[in-house]
This record gives sequence, structure tokens and C-alpha cells, in this order.
Amino acid sequence: MTTDTIITARGLTKTFTVRKAVVEAVTDLDLDVQRGELVAFLGPNGAGKSTSLRMLTTLLPPTSGTATVVGHDIARDPAGVRRRIGYIGQGTSAGHNQRVRDELLSQGAFYGMGRRAAATRADELLESLDLAPLATRKVLGLSGGQKRRLDIALGLIHSPELLFLDEPSTGLDPQSRANLWQHILDLRREHGTTIFVTTHFLEEADLFAERVLVMDHGRMIADDTAGNLKTTLAGDVITLGFASEADARAAAARAGGTAAGSSLSLTVDHGELVLPRLLRELDSVTSATLRQPTLDDVFLALTGRSLREDAATSKEEINA
Amino acid sequence: MSTITTDTWNVLTRELRPVLRDPFSLIFSLVQPLVFLGLFGPLLVATSGQPAAATLQSFVPGILVMIALFGTGTTGSNLLYEMQTGSHERTLVAPISRSSLLVGRALKEMVPIMVQACIIALVTIPFGFSVNPIGLALGLVLLALFGLGFGALSYSLALASRNNDWMFWGIQQATLFPLMILSGMLLPLEHAPQWMQVAAAFNPISYVVAAERALLSGDLASMTVVWGFVAAAVLAVIGLSVGIRAMKKAA
Repeated sequence: MTTDTIITARGLTKTFTVRKAVVEAVTDLDLDVQRGELVAFLGPNGAGKSTSLRMLTTLLPPTSGTATVVGHDIARDPAGVRRRIGYIGQGTSAGHNQRVRDELLSQGAFYGMGRRAAATRADELLESLDLAPLATRKVLGLSGGQKRRLDIALGLIHSPELLFLDEPSTGLDPQSRANLWQHILDLRREHGTTIFVTTHFLEEADLFAERVLVMDHGRMIADDTAGNLKTTLAGDVITLGFASEADARAAAARAGGTAAGSSLSLTVDHGELVLPRLLRELDSVTSATLRQPTLDDVFLALTGRSLREDAATSKEEINA
Repeated sequence: MSTITTDTWNVLTRELRPVLRDPFSLIFSLVQPLVFLGLFGPLLVATSGQPAAATLQSFVPGILVMIALFGTGTTGSNLLYEMQTGSHERTLVAPISRSSLLVGRALKEMVPIMVQACIIALVTIPFGFSVNPIGLALGLVLLALFGLGFGALSYSLALASRNNDWMFWGIQQATLFPLMILSGMLLPLEHAPQWMQVAAAFNPISYVVAAERALLSGDLASMTVVWGFVAAAVLAVIGLSVGIRAMKKAA
């Protein structure tokens, strides 16, 4: 895997005017993505993830700032960028009255592929995304999961070296979601495709991305591996139970942490190593739990809010 | 082929695929003109006091323009739907020129119109409608040109109302019927009040209807035909330039 930079953004900013009020959707985004990386953009709805993605994919001109994507400037040479990237948006990419295979052929033509090449590639994608039996079906009649797989196929027709996915698993059941990610990971393993994905699903970012960018209120507030984010920003929580409050207080005096009633909790790094030692040292322990942090704890540590509550309550995304 | 030509061709091909896959959809959309022919036609014959054949001679060309008017007037809704679902966005990320996205779609409008108008013209022949074959061929070209321009305007309206689709349907309903009535398509405007005749003189569709009547009756060399083509051509130029601008602005 080569390590040259495939996305560079400097000071990328987008403001919208909504009913005479200026809304800063994205503020001063600086970003470098290396070829072959799998990067997840994590944040609540309305954090500015999609707007950032839409600027990087030339769908939306930035208010200020610059970005180079696959060697082409998004403002000066949008066509150069478009030729080299794949984009799978939040909606359904295929036309509702089109047939599955027809859309793939049209998409191939849009990307300058010859008829034979487009047909071969379309059949290959239909096969690998389990869409072959649906080739002559109308898009209108497909299930949500089938439509999403077709979106992926359309995004991949020209074998792009960089693939953007905007909330790819929204609206999918857990099984389709796992299946979708399997395809994304296969793609990366087989072709070294650089993958840039936005998501508000913590588990996805946690499981699949090696690098997580956290975005909130239009600003990028963290950029690291999921593991590092969790160690530096959240830490493991060990909770020990005791027979009495006195035992808990005595244990707190020896081991640190905060005693509450007959239990004691400690926030530590590498809880899995600390817990056995504590159990050896403190003979009065009656129960023990270790909770390793999730990216939600990271988000909580960064913003003071839980991403879960946020995702549930705030549905406002600026449409542009 | 230059990029724009290739792009336009590719967009046109994509738009035509569902029509070719499902040619019967063209027949089903003939319900409205057939209703007018079957239910409005006899009324017209009865009130005009003329023989059926003479009435048909002026009524059928009007129905052909009606097919083009209503077929292309609603076509923007397809684009509206594709903007809402995300498939339009997909084409915006693809390396195709913005103007091709509009021109390819507008060009596609010509195909169903010509097929449908041809069917209706042939269907009415047994009822006494006499058609000049060369006039019919030229008439179809005129309809196609008109449909190209009016379709482009419908797409422009869709692009302009992409954030509130009620606007599309509101404006569409508010314009189609006045345009239809003020073109003399169904009822001739000779006995209409003065203000209606003035309004009709500013309606490009009046000229297309008049030219269509002249062409189908075999009056090929008349100035009415020339004015019909001029009106359709002006409409096409306006429609395409407004549409291309709307497409570039919306993207």
C-alpha cells in the first residue's frame, strides 16, 4: 500500500443562509487522508458530515477554503475529481422506473466506458453483490437492502480508487447492514480502495474504521484511531462491589477511585490488566465488572453529550 | 463526438430505456386524448352543424398538440422525483456536463410524442379524418420541436421548485389549461371575446395548432406553417436556455 495523500482539505468552510440567518454548516475543516485508508466521519445528524462530503465530491461549492481530491482541485477541476471518485449518497441512486442492469449500463456510459466494458463490469457487479437474479427487475420493486446494494454497484462501476459513502446503512436491518459492510471491506481488501464513510452509528465506526474523525456543530473535534480515542478520552471503568460501605471506603483508601454505597468505581487505562491485580490486593471484593469504553463515551468526553441521545432527538439536517 | 454530444446521447439513451422496455406505457398515456376525442368530439360535431369529417379535420390536429402539451408539461415531475430520491444527485457526481443532463432529457420528449401522435392520427382516419402523409410527417416534426421546448420548460420548473414540489404542480395546473384553451386547440377562438383573441395571439401554442391544422390538411406551403415552426423554434431556444441555466444553478 502506498502512502501518498488522496484527500487534502484546508480551511474548508460552508455557510448557508436559511431564512436570513447565516448557518455555519462546516467550519475550517483541515483534513489529510492517505491512499488506502478507511476513514469514518462520526457525529450526530446535522454535525456537518454530509456537507463536508458534498464539498469533497464537488456537489457543493465551498464558501471558503480549498481541497484536492485524487490530485484535482474541487473548485478548479470538478470534472477531474468526478472522473476518479465513486459516491454513494444517502438516497437511492437508481431511477425508480429503470431496470437494474439498464441503470448499470447507463452509469458505465456516463463514466466513458465502452458498451462491452460496461456490460462486463455490470454483470461482474451484479454477481458479486448478489443482484444477478434481479437484473431485469424494475428498481421500484426492490427491497431497501437490494436498492442499497444497487447503489453500491452504481458507485463502483468505474472501479474508483476513492469511494465516498454517505450514511450507507441508514434504514437497513442489521443483517443487510452487516452484509453491506462485508462488501465494503472485501472491496478494500481486494482493490486497496480508499474508503471515506460518514455514519452516526457508533458500532460501525468502532468495528470497521481504522481512523475516526469526530464532528460536532460543523467542527472536527477529534481525529485518531478508535482505540486511541477511547484510551485517551474515555478509559475503562472498573466497578467493584463490597459487603459493606466500610469495606468500600477502605478499598478506596488503598486503591483510589470513588466509593458510592457499597461499591467502588475506578477509571483506568487497560482495565483488563488492572482488574486481576485489584482482585488479588483487595480480599473483600464480592463482585467485579469491567466496562470498556465505546465511541459514545468518547463523544461524551468531547462534547458533554451522548451521541445516542443526540441522534434520537435531533433530526435536523441542512438540506442543500 | 465531442464530450457534450456524447454526454447528451448517454442521457437520452438512459431516458429512453424505460420507454423501450415498456412500450405499452405509451398507449396507456393516450387515455386523456382518447377521452377528448370520444366524448368532446361528438359534442363538437353536434354543435358545429358541420359534417363530422370537417370537424375532425380541425379537431384532430388540436388533439395531437394536446398530447405534446400534456405529455411534456408533466415530464418535469420525473426529474423532481429523481431529485428527491437521489438518482439525480448520482448523475451530478458523474463526469457528465450539466447542460447534457437537461438537453438529453428534453430530446427524449420527442420520441413518445411522435409515436403517440402518429397512433392518434391513424386511429381517426376510419372516422373520416383525412391526412396528407407528407403533412403528417412534417406535423410530427413540428410537434417534436414543440415538445422539446415545452419539456425543457417543464424540467426548468421542476428544478426551480425542487425544495417545494407543490409549487411544481400548482404552476403546472395554473398554466396548462389556460394555454390549452387560449390556443384554440379544442374550440376555435373566432367567436371568442376580443381579450381572449389578444391573449391567444401571444400564446405560441396557437401558432403550433394552426400550423398543425394546415399541415395535416395538406396545406404545406402556407405562411401558417412557417409561423408554427418559428413559434416552436423560439420556444425550444427559450426552453433550452432557461433549462440549462436552471440545471447549472441547481447543481
